[in-house]
Amino acid sequence: MPAAFSMAGPRTFMVQLTLPKNSKISEGKTWNQPGRDGDWKEFRVYRWNPDDGRNPRIDTYHIDQKQCGPMVLDALIKIKNEIDPTLTFRRSCREGICGSCSMNIDGTNTLACLKGIEEVSGPVKIYPLPHMEVVKDLVPDLTNFYAQHRSIEPWLKTDTPTPPKEWRQSREDREKLDGLYECILCACCSASCPSYWWNSDRYLGPAILLQAYRWVNDSRDEATGERLDNLEDPFRLYRCHTIMNCAKACPKGLSPAKAIAELKKLMVERRV
Amino acid sequence: MAVTSGRGVRPQRPLSPHLQIYSPLINMVMSIFHRITGAALYLGSALLAWWLVAAASGPDAYNHFLSWCGNWFGELVLFGFTWVLMHHMVGGIRHLIWDTGYGYDLRSIDILSWGTLVASLSLTAIIWISVAMGAA
Repeated sequence: MPAAFSMAGPRTFMVQLTLPKNSKISEGKTWNQPGRDGDWKEFRVYRWNPDDGRNPRIDTYHIDQKQCGPMVLDALIKIKNEIDPTLTFRRSCREGICGSCSMNIDGTNTLACLKGIEEVSGPVKIYPLPHMEVVKDLVPDLTNFYAQHRSIEPWLKTDTPTPPKEWRQSREDREKLDGLYECILCACCSASCPSYWWNSDRYLGPAILLQAYRWVNDSRDEATGERLDNLEDPFRLYRCHTIMNCAKACPKGLSPAKAIAELKKLMVERRV
Repeated sequence: MAVTSGRGVRPQRPLSPHLQIYSPLINMVMSIFHRITGAALYLGSALLAWWLVAAASGPDAYNHFLSWCGNWFGELVLFGFTWVLMHHMVGGIRHLIWDTGYGYDLRSIDILSWGTLVASLSLTAIIWISVAMGAA
C-alpha cells in the first residue's frame, strides 16, 4: 500500500478536533509592505516546506490590486512571479474548468480562479483544502480522493452488446445528468465536509457520491443494482449527515447533498 | 537540514487546518448543535426518569425532587433542558424535510437552518412564559 494511505498516529474512536503537534501553525514572514500609492490588499497564506523540518506558518504578502488581475489566483501568480517564487500551488485553466486551484479562501473552499479578491473583506486568508495531508504549501495530497473515485467505477458498465455506433440516449434521459456531469472533481465539497474530515478513510464524501449518482442516473448504464450494492454501507454512503457544507462550497453551483439524498431515496425505494 | 527528498525518509506531512479555519456556516453550526443537544438529551432523560420515579415513590421523594428543581439552579437546568429538547426536535423535523429530498437549494438551506434556531428559542420562550403565567 502506498505510504499516502497510512494514517498518522493510532486510530482512535473519538474525533480529533485539534491539529496534531506537527501541524500547528505559527506566524511566518512578512515579505513586503504596502506601498503609498495604489489599492493594496493583504494576503495571508499557509506555508509548509517539506525540506526545512519546521511546522506550517502563515506568511504575509501585500499586492497592489491596481497592478493585479481580479481573482485570488491572479494574486497568487503575481506573488509567485514577483515576490516569492517558492510559493507552491496547483493551477492550470484559470477559468473554473480544470479544478486544480481548489483551496480554502476566506474560510470556505473554492477555486482561486473563480474567487474575486473584492469578494473578501479584510486580509485574504488562504489555506490548503481542509483536513488533508499537505504535500507543500497549498498543495494537498489527493491520492485517497482519487482512489475513492476509482472505487465507484466511474465508467459506463453494460451487459448488452456494444452498439455499432454510439450508446443512444433520449434528450430527457440526457437531462437527468444535468447538475451532475459538470463536476470537475476539485474536491472543494469533500474537503468542506466534517463527516469527510473525520472519516475520509471509509466515507466516500460528497464529490465521489455525486459521481456515483451520476452513473446510477445514467440511462445507458446497466449496473445500477451493483452500484447501489457497493454503496450500501454504514460508512461509504451513510456517513452523510446532511451538514450541507458541500452544497455551499461547490464552485460550480452543484449540490452533492441533493445527489446523496437521491441515492438514499433509491436505497429505500428498492427495498419497498 | 533534514534528509527529506529522493529516496530518503519523507517528513511527516502536516494535516491542513479544518475546524480552526472554516467559516462557521449556519448549516454546519446547526448540525453541531443537533449533535450536542442529542447527547445532552441523555442527561435530560435521566432528569425525566428521576421526576417520574420521585412522583411514583410518594410525597417525600417528590418533595426532595422539587427542592432540587425549585431553586434558581434547578430552574436554569430545566430551562436548558427545555431548549435542548425543542432544538433537537425542530432539528429532527429539518432533517425529515431534507430526507424527503426537498430544501436543497442554498436559500432553503439557510432558511431551514436559521429557522431551526428561531423556532427552538421561540418554543422555549413560549413554554416558559406559559409556565410563569400559570404559576402566577
